[in-house]
Amino acid sequence: MSGVWVYVENRDGAISAISREALGAARQVADGLGQPLTALVLGKGVGPVCAAAFDLGADAVIGADDATLADGRLEAHGPLVVKLAKERQPAVILFGASTRGRDLAAWTAADLDTGAVADAIDIKVEGGVVKATRPVYTGKLLCDAYVTGTPQVVTLRGRAFAQAAATGKTGTPEMVAAAVAEDAIPTKITAFEGKGGKVSLTDAGKIVSGGRGVGGPEGFEPLRELADVLGAALGASRATVDAGWIPYEHQVGQTGKTVAPDLYIAAGISGAIQHQAGMRSSKVIVAINKDPDAPIFKLARYGIVGDLFKVVPALTAEFKKRLS
Amino acid sequence: MKVVVCVKQTPSTTATISVKNGAVSWEDPGGKPNVVNPWDEYAIEEAIRFKENRGASDAVALCVGDPSSDEALKTCLAMGCTEAVLVSDPALLGSDTLGTARTLAAAIKKIGDVQVALFGRQAIDGDSGHTPVQVARVLGWTPLTYVSAIESVDGGSITVHRLTDDGKETVTAKLPVVISVVKEINEPRYPSFMGIRKASKAVIPNWSAGDIGASPAAAKADWSNVYAIPPREGEIEMIAGDTVEEQARNLVNKLFEEKVI
Ligand SMILES: Cc1cc2nc3c(=O)[nH]c(=O)nc-3n(C[C@H](O)[C@H](O)[C@H](O)COP(=O)(O)OP(=O)(O)OC[C@H]3O[C@@H](n4cnc5c(N)ncnc54)[C@H](O)[C@@H]3O)c2cc1C
Ligand SMILES: Nc1ncnc2c1ncn2[C@@H]1O[C@H](COP(=O)(O)O)[C@@H](O)[C@H]1O
Repeated sequence: MSGVWVYVENRDGAISAISREALGAARQVADGLGQPLTALVLGKGVGPVCAAAFDLGADAVIGADDATLADGRLEAHGPLVVKLAKERQPAVILFGASTRGRDLAAWTAADLDTGAVADAIDIKVEGGVVKATRPVYTGKLLCDAYVTGTPQVVTLRGRAFAQAAATGKTGTPEMVAAAVAEDAIPTKITAFEGKGGKVSLTDAGKIVSGGRGVGGPEGFEPLRELADVLGAALGASRATVDAGWIPYEHQVGQTGKTVAPDLYIAAGISGAIQHQAGMRSSKVIVAINKDPDAPIFKLARYGIVGDLFKVVPALTAEFKKRLS
Repeated sequence: MKVVVCVKQTPSTTATISVKNGAVSWEDPGGKPNVVNPWDEYAIEEAIRFKENRGASDAVALCVGDPSSDEALKTCLAMGCTEAVLVSDPALLGSDTLGTARTLAAAIKKIGDVQVALFGRQAIDGDSGHTPVQVARVLGWTPLTYVSAIESVDGGSITVHRLTDDGKETVTAKLPVVISVVKEINEPRYPSFMGIRKASKAVIPNWSAGDIGASPAAAKADWSNVYAIPPREGEIEMIAGDTVEEQARNLVNKLFEEKVI
């Protein structure tokens, strides 16, 4: 059992943001263990992704280029990761904690009869073991967890680790064949609608988020303008989603998205514990609320007590001045 | 054909959770301390719809947990599930998701004649979301995760929409399948008055590990070191100013200093 593997998510020849972060974290784990770092690059048209994996610090790359791997199907990727791991016995396999990464980690751990730790926000190597700090009880508590079986399977939460820096290194990937032929894959994808480059809430570096204080669907307009100036994504509390003021995909919190931007501006949000569960690991939180006793002020780094309909446009104007 | 919905009992979302000497406990003054895992409500609703609209003979709620999890299962019956089963055995305590998955898989086999097993996307205590795929692997069924709509079920195959981080997929698979659902799939119903009355009288079978032939295996992960979140560093700074424009300027200055812009 030796070697650290990191699964590098890709689509249409592009590496996903969460995998740049996973490569950065994986490099540290490999160095901590004193073992080489191998990137798994499975997909279709993976040439540029293999090159990127070397550039981002991998010592070796195992690639597979096959039509069955193009759309990220679990039933194509899972068996290949498992087959390779059985043959080569890595000590650690890391995935990004995306929807695909979580599924693959669960699949891999089940087939290899080992444990899996989900959603690490910090990682240390101690006595040859990867210790992962992860939120539990939807972020109400933390846990230092580790896998006692082999390999150690861990998924890494998006935006919790710095992206790997470019090293300028190049190399030749070792190409392997797919593990399952199309006929033996039990699922067929008949349609796919990509996100089309929209900043997703979970990837966003900045978020402007609105709560019941915006008063109605049109109350999100000033927040949208601020978000546009900042290049931020638009978030919302559940109260506004339930009221039908904004679609569910914007909801932040325990039953919405978990986010960790550098900047989270909460306007007209009281800061209920379920809302906090989704945004408390934001780096800098700004609260704008007319109630000085709103719980959000207990979490925020900066606060303004006031009417969001005055404060938010003033902020937009000020940022416009400074950023132009 | 039966459908099974796997339901976990979790602390309520408003519960305050504390740790003392590594032991986690919770209370919810003014509320119920334990609830059906909120994500599972969508799976329960979908299971009931399988019975109502897709010809399933039974919608069976299945839970692995301590005896108090009866409460969660009664909620399932009150909503409209036709049967409930609790697997509760001290020998199963402390298992990891793979252990729980093996137990659930064994119980699903014992229930028999199941083509679809429904799950929530994740449990709000363990927060891993690994169980559905692992149950699928143990059973040898196809996992369909993050399902936002079931388009059709016919002739032994099923077509669903999946919402992933990449986008929205339409996928067709052969039955049997394991499905985990997301909130977009439906609007869970409330328990009816009649349902609550029926559920309150229901006697829920309690299976032991032996009953389903599950052999408790040692967990392959250690989660024992749980602790409270350290308070966020630094005090809040309230931004003052004679006018909102001045407040805005002061705040923007701070944010540039913090290098978050
Ligand atoms: C099972 C469950 C799951 C949940 N999951 C989530 C979740 O995922 N995400 C989530 O957000 N919530 C969730 N909640 C709901 C949560 O408990 C709160 O109800 C919700 O977060 C409140 O939203 P809010 O802050 O927008 O509204 P409120 O609590 O009503 O707060 C509105 C705030 O706006 C301020 N305000 C009003 N007008 C103005 C103005 N003009 N200018 C400035 N401030 C103003 C008020 O002072 C107040 O503080 C969940 C609840 C349950 C039971
Ligand atoms: N002990 C359990 N009993 C029944 N179902 C469970 C149990 N644990 C997890 N599940 C199901 O698996 C889903 C994912 O849980 P998890 O993998 O723990 O995040 C939940 O939403 C439930 O549907």
